[in-house]
Amino acid sequence: MSSTEGTLPFQLTTGAETPRAAAGKKEYIVPPAAVIGTEEPASLIDIPNPKIVIRDLSFYYGKYRALEAINMQIAEKQVTAFIGPSGCGKSTLLRGFNRIYELYPDQRATGQILLDGVNVLEKRQDLNLLRAKIGMVFQKPTPFPMSIYDNVAFGIRLYEKLSRAEMADRVEWALSKAALWNEVKDKLKQSGARLSGGQQQRLCIARAIAVKPEVLLLDEPASALDPISTAHIEALIDELKSDYTIVIVTHNMQQAARVSDYTAFMYLGRMVEFGDTNTIFTNPRRKETEDYITGRYG
Amino acid sequence: MKLYTRRRIVNAMNLSISVAATVFGLFWLVWLLWTLFDNGLHWLRLDVFTKMTPPPGSKGGLWNAIAGSMILTGVATLIGTPLGVLAATYLAEFGRYSRIASVVRFVNDVLLSAPSIIIGVFIYEMVVVTTGHFSGWAGSLALALIMIPVVVRTTEDMMRLVPDTLREAAAALGAPRWKVISTVVYRASLTGILTGVLLAVARISGETAPLLFTALNNQFWSTNMSSPMPNLPVVIFQFAMSPYEDWHHLAWAGALLITLSVLIMNIVARTVLRPRRREK
Repeated sequence: MSSTEGTLPFQLTTGAETPRAAAGKKEYIVPPAAVIGTEEPASLIDIPNPKIVIRDLSFYYGKYRALEAINMQIAEKQVTAFIGPSGCGKSTLLRGFNRIYELYPDQRATGQILLDGVNVLEKRQDLNLLRAKIGMVFQKPTPFPMSIYDNVAFGIRLYEKLSRAEMADRVEWALSKAALWNEVKDKLKQSGARLSGGQQQRLCIARAIAVKPEVLLLDEPASALDPISTAHIEALIDELKSDYTIVIVTHNMQQAARVSDYTAFMYLGRMVEFGDTNTIFTNPRRKETEDYITGRYG
Repeated sequence: MKLYTRRRIVNAMNLSISVAATVFGLFWLVWLLWTLFDNGLHWLRLDVFTKMTPPPGSKGGLWNAIAGSMILTGVATLIGTPLGVLAATYLAEFGRYSRIASVVRFVNDVLLSAPSIIIGVFIYEMVVVTTGHFSGWAGSLALALIMIPVVVRTTEDMMRLVPDTLREAAAALGAPRWKVISTVVYRASLTGILTGVLLAVARISGETAPLLFTALNNQFWSTNMSSPMPNLPVVIFQFAMSPYEDWHHLAWAGALLITLSVLIMNIVARTVLRPRRREK
């Protein structure tokens, strides 16, 4: 990395992602400098009934601009994948949807993210209600320090008053939906941290869907998991998309090809190409996309 | 090969020096503990826990001083823990990027190493002089002031150990900030915070200088916080300075008692509370 830094207009791994998110990610070899300067307009497609519309979205970490004028749409009840090398801004883009970046005072976004036509970036939009509508699962499993049951009930208790029986039903529903119920039904009182990595991640998915969000954001949900757990999660995404609009960030191109209906290729903070997954992987219009998906960068 | 031999010799030398330094340090500690047990254990009898501090020449114990110490320390803990935990919450959660917080953090670190006698004199001036008499309240306040910086420091450290991804995960579910802190962050750092409080209690339970200026002492049974309170450290101080043999014995017993309770608190903090943290 350090040997090429001097020749690039941007740094690829620093700044563009939070240090936590960047840690432990696979790095790609930097493409030839000639590709980088190209400012051709992005190759984008329009989606008939988009759930989310992104207009002219830029994102800043302090003074560093990590996203430049992103335009795209997210289809309702479909899976959209963001791919691209480390530091291209795909996680940053995802973190804009629920404004989770606002936990850090030096981060800000300009432009519009329209959820059902309403700009969520506007200050008067209630942050907590927005986040209750948009679930998120992170790269590293993040079980709360409480029992499996309480982990799932945590989000529900924030916005709904359920009776004991209704709550038990909802928890079971969420855990079954996340394909975890059979493995944990006898130990719901046990600490969530005692589960295996793959189970923890499915617990986090159960926790996210328990509040019945409309959109589910998955930030590299399988990158810390072994192949079997990954297969579980992918099957789950397939199953969940009939009810939820899903956006997934992934480093794994096969995974994007397997699970998604639409794919967006990002590079150096720009949206390079966005189209249906089939086209992106078999007949990309931009050379950068082709180079990346055929592995010519690395 | 020559280089390697030299490295081995240097290694052996450094190792022996560090071992020697450790032994040197431990030697005095063991000697001190030995003397304490040797002189105190014999006098640590039932009387110590049942009878009041006696006039010279008659039989007695330390019961009023033990009870007084427990009250003083307890009240100090009740004052110091919430203040310390709340201040640490501000520093760890809200003041991460603020200038005020870094000033507070710096001042807290200075207070952490402030000599306890200064705190005693401060409370003497603020409370004892203004109210006109020594009192248990003044003693507890002085102890609380010593305790707060310790609690602030350990609590902030423990709360910062909670990964931000956990806060993000809770916030992403739509939990407001106070909920994130009270249900997730506190729970994740609970054992660490308790350990810090326990160590702070251990720290103040042997403090003599600040009590000398504030709670003073009392030869009799007293639970009135508005009057001078009997307490172990000052009793030990007075009895050890006296010319009377039987007072010396009680002083030894009291010293051993404080040491043992500090030892027990440290052991509890390290063994009972620690392993649960690993589970997370």
